[in-house]
Amino acid sequence: MIGAIAVGLAGGIIAGLLGVGGGVLFVPGLVLFLGLDQHQAEATSLLAIVPVAIVGTIRQNKYGNVRRDDALLLGLLSVAGAAAGVALANAISGRVLRDAFAALMVLVAFQLVHRTLRPATERPQDRPRP
Amino acid sequence: MAAEGSPNRTLKLVAIGTMAGVFSGLFGVGGGTVIVPLAILWLGYEERQATATSLAAIVFIAAFAAAAQGLYGNVNVADALEIGLPAVLGVLIGTWLQQRLQAGVIALLFAAVLLASAVELVLR
Repeated sequence: MIGAIAVGLAGGIIAGLLGVGGGVLFVPGLVLFLGLDQHQAEATSLLAIVPVAIVGTIRQNKYGNVRRDDALLLGLLSVAGAAAGVALANAISGRVLRDAFAALMVLVAFQLVHRTLRPATERPQDRPRP
Repeated sequence: MAAEGSPNRTLKLVAIGTMAGVFSGLFGVGGGTVIVPLAILWLGYEERQATATSLAAIVFIAAFAAAAQGLYGNVNVADALEIGLPAVLGVLIGTWLQQRLQAGVIALLFAAVLLASAVELVLR
């Protein structure tokens, strides 16, 4: 219970900071703390993401950061891919799906490190003034 | 950076939306891992705009994928609430923080948590 709440809170903070759904933490949290199998955890994570994304969008919209036309297009264009992804997930074993998910986590971790360490050299505004 | 409304830009949106959808359905995530970097690289988005627009797209993506998973009977509503309700509080904190600081330290901490969880998940 405490573990699940902590995972939820952490996933939400990450969602707000990085613009993701938080699923990359929800899925392992649901497996490790609430004992769901990989397929149930992924499906349940998707439902948990919906209110997080709605509230995050409302906040970001107030800050003027949301480009609504593109967001709507991306959302609608994802339908076929999402259906295919769900069908594929349900066609493979939990063991394989879990290992693939772990690989995804490692990929996201490296992407984060890369994005974080990049700014000092690539963003002009971060360079020291002469 | 592709011009607004150009065919090239539309193709990029189709590609990003489709890839995000596959990622979402296959892994139970929102797809932001795909959307944020590609919006910056392909569409010329500034980072904060990319994360904000990604969240808005995820509302639709996660809802579609959750509905599809529901048809397979995999969704556990009580557990979704147990994770999702604290996460709503979390996203308020996260978006507030994002307007005020460079996400650097938190991103690195998050990367460490991900690596540790990946190991835990595989060894389990």
